[in-house]
Parts: sequence; C-alpha cells; structure tokens
Amino acid sequence: MTVEAGNLSFRYGDKPVLREVSFALTSGRFHALLGPNGAGKSTLFGLLTRLLALQQGDIRLAGQSLRKQPAEAMRKIGVVFQQNALDLDLTVRQNLQYHAALHGLSRREARERGDRELARFSLLERANDAVRTLNGGHRRRVEIARALLHNPSLLLLDEPTVGLDVASRKALNDHVRTLCESEGLTVLWATHLIEEVRQDDRVLILHQGQLLANGDGHSICEAEGTSTLAETFHSLTGAGAS
Amino acid sequence: MKPAHYWHCLIGIQTREWLRFWQQRTRFASALVRPLLWLVVFAAGFRAVLGISIIPPYETYITYETYIAPGLCGMIILFNSMQGALSMVYDRELGSMRVLLMSPLPRPFLLVTKLFAMGVVSIGQVYVFLLMALLVDVEPPLWGYLAVLPALILSSLMLGALGLLIATWIKQLENFAGVMNFVIFPMFFMSSALYPLWRMNEASPWLYWICQFNPFTHAVEAIRFSLYLEWNPMAYGITTAVTVVLALLATAGFRPQRTKILGSKPT
Repeated sequence: MTVEAGNLSFRYGDKPVLREVSFALTSGRFHALLGPNGAGKSTLFGLLTRLLALQQGDIRLAGQSLRKQPAEAMRKIGVVFQQNALDLDLTVRQNLQYHAALHGLSRREARERGDRELARFSLLERANDAVRTLNGGHRRRVEIARALLHNPSLLLLDEPTVGLDVASRKALNDHVRTLCESEGLTVLWATHLIEEVRQDDRVLILHQGQLLANGDGHSICEAEGTSTLAETFHSLTGAGAS
Repeated sequence: MKPAHYWHCLIGIQTREWLRFWQQRTRFASALVRPLLWLVVFAAGFRAVLGISIIPPYETYITYETYIAPGLCGMIILFNSMQGALSMVYDRELGSMRVLLMSPLPRPFLLVTKLFAMGVVSIGQVYVFLLMALLVDVEPPLWGYLAVLPALILSSLMLGALGLLIATWIKQLENFAGVMNFVIFPMFFMSSALYPLWRMNEASPWLYWICQFNPFTHAVEAIRFSLYLEWNPMAYGITTAVTVVLALLATAGFRPQRTKILGSKPT
C-alpha cells in the first residue's frame, strides 16, 4: 500500500516539532525512519496513527485521506508502539481478542486469526500464558502479531527494539523483514540505532523535525559522498550513530 | 463499519473489563470495605444523632442505615468511576487506551463504551453491597433491585464522563488524592447521600442550594427512589441531562495529546 505524507508540520504550543515533512512510502518495502532522540519520530507516528490530530498537511493511505476518511485509513494500519501496550495480567490470547474486537471481528474470527498469527510467530503454545510471564522479545512478537491481526497493509513500528538485548533486536528486525517480503507489507520502522538499518533499505532521516534524506541507502550515501549509512547519518545530523 | 462491528467491539471491551476485574478481585473486594464501614460503623454512630422523619420515597420511619444505603451505592460508583477515568488517562490503562484509540470505530463510541463497561463492573459491586446491607436490615422491595438498574447505569455513565472530563482538562488533578479532595469528597458531602436536604436547609440555606445544584444529589435520589419503586422524574431528568452533556463534552474534548497516552513527552 502506498503512503504519501505531504507538507506535515506540527507544533506543541510554540515549539515546532515537525517542519514541512513530505515523503512517500513504497508498497511492500521496508522503510527505516532514522533519527536521533527528539528528532520528531514519535510525533510523526502520532500523526500517522491519529493519536495526534493533523495541524498542517495531510497523509494519504492508498489514496485515502487520513483527514477525510480516518476510519477507512485506520483499518489498513497496524501499529507497534514504543512503550508496551499489552495488558500484562491477561493472557496472550485475551490480549489478541481484545484488539480483534476493537476492529469489529467476532470471537471466532479473532480466535482463528489470533492462532494463525501466533503460530507464525512460534508463540502458539504460549497462547494461554499471562503476558507477564513472557520475556521482552516474546512480548514484542505478541505486539507485532496483534498489530497484524486485522490484516493491515501498513505496519508501523516505533522503536520496537527498545529494551531488548542485541540478539533479540536482530531476531525481531529480521522477522519483520521476512514478513515484509512474504506478505507484501509496507513497513515503517523508526529507530535511532543505525545497525538496524541496511544499506539497501529505503531510508528516511529525520533531524530536528526536518526530513534530511529520503531514498534508498545507496543513493543517500552517494549524494552525501560517504560510504556507509552511519557516516551519512553522522554528517547529516552531527549525532554519533549508535 | 456495520452494526455487527460495533457489537463485537462493545462485547470485547466489556469482556476485557470483567477479565481485569477477575484479575484484581482482591482490590475490588477491598473497595467494598469503605461503603460497608460507612454503613455499619458510621451509621450506627449517627443513628442516635440524626432523627429521620418520614420523607418520600419512604412510607414509614426508617433507620439511618436505610437512608444512607442508596447514597453509599452512589459512593461506590463515584469512587470507581473517578478512579477508572483517571487510570484511563494517566497510568495503568495507558497501553490499553492506545490500543483502544487505534480502532477504526468512532472515538466517542469507543470512549462511551469503555465508560459503560467500567460502570457495569461497579454496578456488580453495588449489588454485592446491597446484598450485604440486608444484614443490617436494609431491605428494599424485591423488584427495587431491578428497578434501580437504569439509575445505576445512568449514574455510572455520568460520573465516568465527569472523571474523563476532569482527567483530560485539569492537569493539576492528575493524581487520585487531588481528585479525592477536590471532587469526590465535595460531591459526596454536598449531596443528599448522608442527610436529607431539608436538614441541610435548616442548617444553611446556601449549602442547601449547592447540594441542589450538585448532580450527584440527583443521581443518589434517582437511585433511592427507584430502589423503593417510586418514580422521581426530576432526579431522573437532571441525571439524564447532565449525563448527556458531560458525555458530549468529555468525548468531544478528549484529545490524546492532553493525556499521557502518547508518553509524557512526545517528540
């Protein structure tokens, strides 16, 4: 599904957080949204998910305006938030069923789709365990499974690897890339960790509310005259790529 | 979206509320201690001090316990609704609220459904309380238990909407202690929950008028009259009107950025 954001600006009171950000996401591709802390990534996610109201500009998902047809647009989006959004006391399956109900799915549909997603994430045998008993990596996988429950075409992940160890981070990143290829999902993965981004990814670099680069990793490096994304990121933002 | 989608959503939100209730049943049991203390200890102490004359809906002299039981039903709903609305916006429920707001269904529907689901859980507590009140001879007519249900639903929606409105608009009141001091206690004490308003009028006419303008008074009176199978159009009318206005204001004014749902400092 194509995503087009045009001329997005956002301010909290007097403080501008996003300035005239425009970009397009290519259908079925993995996109990395790279930016240091405070770059405006979460605000951009807030706008894409309608947790923040658009102040200026518009976002179109498969041609539908988020301003004019929010319900249609929201049905196409799956989101994994930066902070945990699972109910720790409920079981994995109960969490999935809650989400499915919110998208208008019946209990039967919810169960079928939930089990399908859990099987895909190798978590089916944990379906009846309380989320509290799962480790950080598994909780993240449950959140991704949940985000995919209503068959979205766009998956948004806001720094999904925060708090995970290196191995789990890599596993999660690889997993989402596989999904992207096998399901034709459009993915936007926000991160400040350069090692989660590959040279041939589509990359958006956000810094102080402005989009400094937008394109595939190779051409961005070429334009900056650098050989790696880490160098490009450093030269554009002045931040040490971590 | 079709009606079936709304229905599945409503059932899903309701189910989740009961699952949480079951998870935290000890907390809910302890929440019953407060009204029971009022009923058993406070009422016993005050019975001697406060003479109750015959006032509608009662047809005879009643004990003080009988008088305050409907007020304590209101108290259960008041505490639960405020606590629930606050936790929706500020703490325990943040994750679930984010998930809730990602639903493609209209936000006013989602918020009212959520308030309704929280209300149904408090109403369960009210019924447990009323059963326990039988032990101190608070014995409303049998059909009263059914007749009171609409008043309980209305009160829980009204107070839940008020809680949501306060939680999203008044930044200074973001902890429960603040809400308790500035909202719950004044609402509870300046109402007809603990004393009939004619008594208040004798003591202080201006306090009497404050009590009359307090919507909680009318919620309590709606509960009291329906529990005793009497119809009180004024109490019902005011409670309904206030519920509608508060629900409209709360849902229309609800903006995630006014809450901590996005995290404390979104960037």
